[in-house]
Amino acid sequence: MPVHSKLETFEDNWRTSMGGWFPGEKVVLRGRDVLHELKNNSWMEYLLFATTGKESPKIARLMEGMWVICTSFPDPRIWNNRVSALAGTARSTGALAAAASVAVTEATIYGLKPIKGATDFLYRADKRLNDGENLEQIIQSELKQFRSVYGYGRPIVSGDERVEPMMEFARSIDCGEGRFIKLAFAVAEYLSNSRLKYQINIAAVCAGLLADEGLKPMDFYHMATLAFTAGAMPCFIDALNQQEGCFFPLRTSRLNYIGGEKVKHWRV
Amino acid sequence: MNDKPIEKITTKIWRETPETDNPFAAADCYCCGYDVYGDLLKNASYIDYLYLLFRQVPPTPEQSALLEGLAIALTNPGPRDHSVRAAMSAGVGGSTHASALIAALTVGAGNLGGAREVFHAMAYWQQCQNRLADWQQLITNPPQLEREDVWPPMEHAPGFDPNGVSCPTPVKKTLAHLVEVGKTANLIWLHQHRLELEGFAGCPLAFSGVAAAALYDLEFLPEEAEMVFLLLRLPGAAIHSLEQEKLGWRKYPFFADGFKLNS
Repeated sequence: MPVHSKLETFEDNWRTSMGGWFPGEKVVLRGRDVLHELKNNSWMEYLLFATTGKESPKIARLMEGMWVICTSFPDPRIWNNRVSALAGTARSTGALAAAASVAVTEATIYGLKPIKGATDFLYRADKRLNDGENLEQIIQSELKQFRSVYGYGRPIVSGDERVEPMMEFARSIDCGEGRFIKLAFAVAEYLSNSRLKYQINIAAVCAGLLADEGLKPMDFYHMATLAFTAGAMPCFIDALNQQEGCFFPLRTSRLNYIGGEKVKHWRV
Repeated sequence: MNDKPIEKITTKIWRETPETDNPFAAADCYCCGYDVYGDLLKNASYIDYLYLLFRQVPPTPEQSALLEGLAIALTNPGPRDHSVRAAMSAGVGGSTHASALIAALTVGAGNLGGAREVFHAMAYWQQCQNRLADWQQLITNPPQLEREDVWPPMEHAPGFDPNGVSCPTPVKKTLAHLVEVGKTANLIWLHQHRLELEGFAGCPLAFSGVAAAALYDLEFLPEEAEMVFLLLRLPGAAIHSLEQEKLGWRKYPFFADGFKLNS
């Protein structure tokens, strides 16, 4: 019988080099025996290897520092954490809270889009510098095209209290002197003196540090996906441990209705 | 005394009046000016209320019939659909019921047969409307990603099935029905020019393409179309997940022999 669909080739046929479970026998990840060869890895080293294929205790340690310093503020007002707090006050489950908070972290004004976007910007800017453009041209064209530069500017406050502690930590493990982190701060210097007064935020700092270790935008994005859970979970637990429904309750007058006042009647 | 203004939620969709004994409970709720529990509850159909929420005006009978037809067509993609399989994967493992819907939303959100594909297809409709040459140009030279996004780039023309062979009967029947009940310009045009568009795309029209055309005719914005497409496909995911939860993992494919690890 002639093959009609290109899907027929894949029926009961999933081929992979990534890894798998051999029930009762072994687990393989990227060609390595998990139960024997990787059993002494830290969880962060394991995650780094799983997502990027890189085996580097240094990058894992750098990433772990980023997760602690930069990504997990236990404040239920921050929007991704607020979802977990609401889940707690509404008596949902911890896993559902974490799942929703992780999904919500894929945001534009914070979280995963700036993380991926800042890394992408630094790589593109670096290439254009190598091609002979100057930094001002690159930043201005970015602003003209996108009206923002990922990694610069911040909601609520302009400065970012995480930058110095993060750089201090990075230097303590021999990071923080590469060309991408220097580029990140050179962009910051330009933007903070511009009309926009944008200051560097932690996304550009982390992007620069990790680009210097060879991580690409997708690597950083995949690694950072779970980074915010240590901020969300305490917000869930806190709300769960308090009276149900009491997390920032809203009375009806807290709705600022801006539609028409006229009451309409549905056609029957 | 704190004289800072009280923070409020601004909305043009929803108004409430409080119960006399409890300012935290609503006595009357108005959606776009209509009394929800005094009027809509008795007089509106579910699909009319859904349209009102998204568009903030009531539908005409034709618009209502069009959205209802689309809702019926999408409500159960069937147990082979990626998003329903995701929900059933939650079901067979005994996961929470909410996780089954989260799984269905996650998988059904994507560029292949999912809500993001509808979003992209809506953008194509906005740009090309019913100008065949524009569709040919856009499908042949699709927009390129300008800077990294969290979404993967499209790998096929949005609204078409890259793994399809010919346009499936349910898609054709849905398109014909929506043309009949809605009588809207772009659906009629799609019905007339489906074969040419499939020729440009190199693959057949998919449900996502029909949904995008219908929602474009209903004047939904791309992000509204993305949302309503996610919503409308959930009932099937829910009920198939519950069915598999009862049957258990032993009666559900594990692909024990289909998995091959390259050495």
